[in-house]
Amino acid sequence: MLEIKNLHATAGGKPVLKGLALTVAAGQVHAVMGPNGSGKSTLAHVLAGRDGFLVTQGEVLYRGKDLMALSPEDRAREGVFLAFQYPVEIPGVGNAYFLRSAYNAIRKHRGQPELDAHDFLKLLNEKAALVEMTEALLQRPVNEGFSGGEKKRNEILQMLVLEPALAILDETDSGLDVDAMRIVAKGVNSLRSPDRAMLVITHYQRLLDYIVPDRVHILKDGVIERSGGKELALEVEEKGYATVKS
Amino acid sequence: MSLQVTERRNLYLAEFERNGRSLPAFRDLRKKAISRFGSLGFPTGREEAWRHTDTTMLAKTPFRPATGTANPAQFAGLSKGPLKACQIAFVDGRYAPAFSSLDLPPGVRVMSLAAVLRDDPKRVEPWLARQASFDLSPFTALNTAFMNDGAFLFVPRGIALPAPVHLLFLSSLHGEAYVTHPRILLVLEENASATVVQSWLGPAGGTYFTNAVTEAVLGDGARLELTKVQRESQEAFHLETLQVVQGRGAGFTHHSISLGGRLSRNDLGSVLAGEGAECSLLGLYEVAHDQQVDHHTTIDHAKPHGTSRELYKGVLDGRSRGVFDGRIVVRPDAQKTNALQSNKNLLLSKEALVHTKPQLEIFANDVKCKHGATIGQLDEAMLFYMRSRGIGAGEARRLLIHAFASEIIDTVKAPAVRSQIGGCLGLLVGGA
Repeated sequence: MLEIKNLHATAGGKPVLKGLALTVAAGQVHAVMGPNGSGKSTLAHVLAGRDGFLVTQGEVLYRGKDLMALSPEDRAREGVFLAFQYPVEIPGVGNAYFLRSAYNAIRKHRGQPELDAHDFLKLLNEKAALVEMTEALLQRPVNEGFSGGEKKRNEILQMLVLEPALAILDETDSGLDVDAMRIVAKGVNSLRSPDRAMLVITHYQRLLDYIVPDRVHILKDGVIERSGGKELALEVEEKGYATVKS
Repeated sequence: MSLQVTERRNLYLAEFERNGRSLPAFRDLRKKAISRFGSLGFPTGREEAWRHTDTTMLAKTPFRPATGTANPAQFAGLSKGPLKACQIAFVDGRYAPAFSSLDLPPGVRVMSLAAVLRDDPKRVEPWLARQASFDLSPFTALNTAFMNDGAFLFVPRGIALPAPVHLLFLSSLHGEAYVTHPRILLVLEENASATVVQSWLGPAGGTYFTNAVTEAVLGDGARLELTKVQRESQEAFHLETLQVVQGRGAGFTHHSISLGGRLSRNDLGSVLAGEGAECSLLGLYEVAHDQQVDHHTTIDHAKPHGTSRELYKGVLDGRSRGVFDGRIVVRPDAQKTNALQSNKNLLLSKEALVHTKPQLEIFANDVKCKHGATIGQLDEAMLFYMRSRGIGAGEARRLLIHAFASEIIDTVKAPAVRSQIGGCLGLLVGGA
């Protein structure tokens, strides 16, 4: 599904990723862990196609195709989804309207007929129940005045609706209390399937109690320093990043 | 002033000399007005109010009086708007009964001004040309000298119009550059209320000059919502002077939606002549290419306990220009005035430019006045967020422009007008 080879990238002109390699097969959930400044968020933004992040070397293949050649919207239409660490507020754009625009843009790309407001609302309400999003939150402008937890649940709701093939979760656990984390994890786990891959980027191990990964990678200074099974996350939790060496 | 521009002034003077006598009623007023125009001439950049409005092109173009021979068939599509139920239409400044249909409560009048001037000018005499002064305005002077047709609305005491009245001004496409001087008079007696929509429409490529004057008189407790939707041709010049006088407790809301025109300028004024009057001037302009759009407002708080609110929002692309000039006068007698003014702009290109200038002239000591202006760009983080969900770059920009504009559009009461405005946004600027 996703093959990252010798990836070098800069953020704001500064080298951050320095030869990162990572392969995630369909049906798998991989966790990328690392200390602050190791390049976790840069990796997420590079994969989503954010301006200001420049790939200087290496390649990223998504379903065998060069992901970096696609615009951000085409990546999304091809099935890549990034759950943001800091979702932006968009005053004046209704949450439900926004999500329907996104949903229909993706349908159109796939040559499927667009859904009208009525049918979409049915689908949206169904998915919203899974992450306990109220009707009021769906009608409000995107993320405007949402609490930290509501913003993260909104990210997961978008993911549930758009049903990506590759989901990247960038520190989705930051700022969540245990209840919110459980709701988020329930949403994420409901999407686990043999034809879907997930990359869970996190600083702490605790999210991985709820979203159990197949593989765990430790990112340090822009490269994967060590990889292992889910027990590697527990080792990090116990000993800290400083002592976890390859 | 160049010799050529002086000659253009003479063009209008000669036209009045030739045909002035055939214009209906108000002969003395017309003579005074044309003579005032003769001494004022076209404005130059030296006058403060016209510092950022270049009228050279306007003055240079030899506009002829509209002939009124346009074939109305070309508007068959345009005139079928959502508001045609109660509509009075004009083609090239002249009443077009074919597109008009009026079903009004007893006592309410919506008439072609030409008919009134011809048959019964006394009917409008108490108000016409008594609100909009041409003393300092050459274009109001020109309009007053040549006014011939337009709309007259009269709502008697205590009557509330159940549906919006649509004043539709259509400009045709024909070979010669032409000028029209539409005149609109809106009179609401005590406690009357009305919603009026004023649409200005012209075909692409039409070179013409709309020189309009609107006067509105609101009796005590009257309420008027006047929504102007200006979608003139990209080659057109559109000037409108609006002067309102509000009685005690009268409420006036104006929307200026400016999308068309090569140069469009709105000189909007209201006098809060009675205690406790409320005035909202709201505007939305969206321009691109070489368009320029101006709003020059004067709110004159003459009596105590008046409230005024101004919010103008602009979206500018290409090499377009926007001017906002907001003057608020609070007279010595106007204690407890509350005035709020704001101008917010989105610049979509490096070449687009906005001049914004508040002018507060406060002569009372117990008042609240606030003003502010902002200039910004579309938010990159928001655009990226939308694109990362599959929404194309052009559509994402359009959504953000709509979001910016919604603060104004949402204040328009008639749903049909709201959706019409929404449908026109983002077509010129920021598209994919």
